[in-house]
Amino acid sequence: MSNQEMGHLQQVVADLLDEAKKQGASSAEAGVHAQQGLDVNVRLGEIETIEHTNDHGLGVTVYFGQRKGSANTTDLSPEAIRETVAAACRIARYTSEDPAAGLAEAGLMASDIPDLDLNHPWQIDAQGAAEIALECESAARDFDARINNSEGAGVHTQNSLFVYGNTHGFVGGYPTTRHSMSCAVLAGEGEQMQRDFWYTTSRVPEKLQAAAEVGREAARRTVARLGSRKIKTTECPVIFRADIAPSLLRSLFGALRGASLYRKASFMLDQLGESIFPDWVIIDEDPHLPQGLSSAPFDNEGVATQHRKIVDTGVLQSYVLDSYSARKLGMQTTGNAGGLRNTRIDSTGESFEELLQRMGTGLLVTELMGQGSNPVTGDYSRGAAGFWVENGEIAYPVEEITVAGNLRQMYQDLLAVGADNDIPGSVDTGSWLIRKMTVAGN
Amino acid sequence: MSQALDLARQTLLDAPGLSESSLSQVMDKLLSRQVDAADVYFQYSRLESWVLDDGIIKEGNHSIEQGAGLRAISGEKTGFAYTDTLLLPQLLHAADAARAIAHAGQSGRQAIARRDDLPQLYAPINPLESLSEDDKLALMRKLDAVARAADPRVQQVTVSLVAAHDTVLVINDSGELAGDVRPLVRMNVSVIVEQNGRREQGSSGGGARRALDFFLEEERAIGYAQEAVRQALVNLEAIDAPAGMLPVVLGPGWPGVLLHEAVGHGLEGDFNRKGTSAYSGRIGEQVASKLCTVVDDGTLPERRGSLSVDDEGTRTQHTVLIENGILKGFMQDKMNARLMGMPETGNGRRESYAHLPMPRMTNTYMLPGDSDPAEIIASVDKGIYAVNFGGGQVDITSGKFVFSANEAYLIENGKIGAPVKGATLIGNGPEAMNKISMVGNDLQLDSGVGTCGKEGQSVPVGVGQPTLKIDEMTIGGTAA
Repeated sequence: MSNQEMGHLQQVVADLLDEAKKQGASSAEAGVHAQQGLDVNVRLGEIETIEHTNDHGLGVTVYFGQRKGSANTTDLSPEAIRETVAAACRIARYTSEDPAAGLAEAGLMASDIPDLDLNHPWQIDAQGAAEIALECESAARDFDARINNSEGAGVHTQNSLFVYGNTHGFVGGYPTTRHSMSCAVLAGEGEQMQRDFWYTTSRVPEKLQAAAEVGREAARRTVARLGSRKIKTTECPVIFRADIAPSLLRSLFGALRGASLYRKASFMLDQLGESIFPDWVIIDEDPHLPQGLSSAPFDNEGVATQHRKIVDTGVLQSYVLDSYSARKLGMQTTGNAGGLRNTRIDSTGESFEELLQRMGTGLLVTELMGQGSNPVTGDYSRGAAGFWVENGEIAYPVEEITVAGNLRQMYQDLLAVGADNDIPGSVDTGSWLIRKMTVAGN
Repeated sequence: MSQALDLARQTLLDAPGLSESSLSQVMDKLLSRQVDAADVYFQYSRLESWVLDDGIIKEGNHSIEQGAGLRAISGEKTGFAYTDTLLLPQLLHAADAARAIAHAGQSGRQAIARRDDLPQLYAPINPLESLSEDDKLALMRKLDAVARAADPRVQQVTVSLVAAHDTVLVINDSGELAGDVRPLVRMNVSVIVEQNGRREQGSSGGGARRALDFFLEEERAIGYAQEAVRQALVNLEAIDAPAGMLPVVLGPGWPGVLLHEAVGHGLEGDFNRKGTSAYSGRIGEQVASKLCTVVDDGTLPERRGSLSVDDEGTRTQHTVLIENGILKGFMQDKMNARLMGMPETGNGRRESYAHLPMPRMTNTYMLPGDSDPAEIIASVDKGIYAVNFGGGQVDITSGKFVFSANEAYLIENGKIGAPVKGATLIGNGPEAMNKISMVGNDLQLDSGVGTCGKEGQSVPVGVGQPTLKIDEMTIGGTAA
């Protein structure tokens, strides 16, 4: 994406804000994005799909005093800008006076915008992408004789450009890239058929995992599922493997969102300053991680993002707020309009094998199915698959079971976080060992 | 005559200044290589949404999406590109990118021919303008008041209203031009109740391919507010759900999400062509108990999951998937039907012009049986009666599926007992379907709330079933 295009998007934002004022808005904010990409999928050694993606969009929110209206469109033409602002203004005639409505406070706008090294375009065409995907899939299919079918492998690359501005005079924008590769294969043995997958994602094409390694990992995971069986209903310790453990943190972050809190729709209500984890737990947010998958110098309201602790010594330090929910709660925004950025939980240092040893006998969960986590009560009940572990060793694969408990208790029962995370993601965590959960099976 | 086609042409061709000859030019470009099939999908969508929260009309949004998706297919290979600018140069550029999938060659020119033989399952109206803004907001405020008046334990009420007006036009490689105007409305009420420090939520809603007066008929929307409060109050009394295998009685209507997960996805043509479904190669085999007949029907008038024509220009139909327990057929789009040598079923759907179509469900439901629902509950000594569900998920390869109950009760000695907390139910599709031992005479379709996700694409769907009994399923509670 070129400087010229950046200039165009900045102009669209400026035009949107001018138009909003012209139509009588007392304040306004606008965002514009453009995205281009290529998705290539192969299956059984042949190209299956080549998709060229190309999206544009603009959105505007206008305020008439304490009333608000918003509108968006895929069309960036001058005519669309006028019509979209008019649509937002029309909406604002009908919304209620809301004392908490408005832009984030002017003094909180990001004043210097660090370059977080998020833009690394991949110079690759459909043929080049297909060759990588083919290498990935063939590594998976050659891994084991029991791999007998494939859902294919894909290579995806995307360049995005985004500009946000508001009538405080803030305007900021930057280009980002995101690339990924994935592979899913099937394995059969007797009557049983299993499928699993693996993937890699990065801002930087050279930092993607090697194609053959992604394929082999997909195959390794698939073959390991063969022979899966149900187990008896029991209570036991549970390990959530590093690649699925982020979902436990995401449930926490959802419950810490201002919108859940002011609606009292959160199992973390009134927990600020309370011990919600054992005292060794530290969870932080680092929005400025170079090349981070969720890095951002400012949030969706132009507020400067900051490195901070969310949990320290097990005690909840901070909610996850934008300016609206902050005003509702009588607090200050935490720069989380648009959500949390890169987060991590500190490890207790054990390797994956050491975690299994520490658990002794219990369940290793490697897949979760369904929603099954209640944001209001923290009640947790999800479908699962994984491995039964006996005396610190993986005994056999298991499936068609559920794991259940309550998230508040599960956080208190966290015994260890492994040092086994080798997947840089937006939620950085090793495997979790939890003291005890209910496992339902036969 | 097709009013929808004329409206679609006006919006998608006449308005941006595209002539029939520019359409032919684009198709010629797409077809100027050795392609087996090609199509162009034009779309213009308007969507309006309102949110009432904390007793005030807090948010409103208006959204316009437009564009065209161009696809060329050669054997099992698909090339795809799209543009959000409906002008000839951009369309030709996208055609060039999409056709690169195929080898050079030359195929014949196609004249454009209108598809005027399609039924109109819903009126081609714009639901955004079907009620004045004041009336829309008055209805939302009324639901807020009804919910708050229903019980003093109600702490929070959120009401949402969404109206969508989707106009599409598809032209395929035979030059056939099909159009559709698709209204879709949806309302939802969710509440938080509190008693002695315990908080629970309840939620209810509905929708249809109708104007917004749908919500005013028979005090339908008021029913959502009352139902949301009722559910939340039930959950205040809920005890821990059991853990382990028990008989399960599912209520009628929305619990049909069982069929969507346990059967539906596994019978989509793409998975079966590729041999990745637990149902692959099993046509003619018994995959469910003899009491089960399951259909997918895109032709039900005004239902959320219905379409007069699918997103590839194929007429939708009533497709028997399972008849008396025997697997009869799959749901197909054009490409998978052609590659499998099977009939098209009008199940080719896509989230938008920016997505490739694939086989998707419409309204999937089980036909009624003979049993009296009360008799079904009375037949269970100890089990679970589940009447409301959140979402579900399936691994189509292993057949494992889950769905999460959010209103359920214990059954003890044939009687409905205490409510239990939400729990996930897990089973294996063909196994669970074979364990269906009683089917009620009370078929209901859901209230028009379903959205299905597949490969990152969301489409509106319907589900339904009569009360039914599964002899055993694993219940993911916490009580031993």
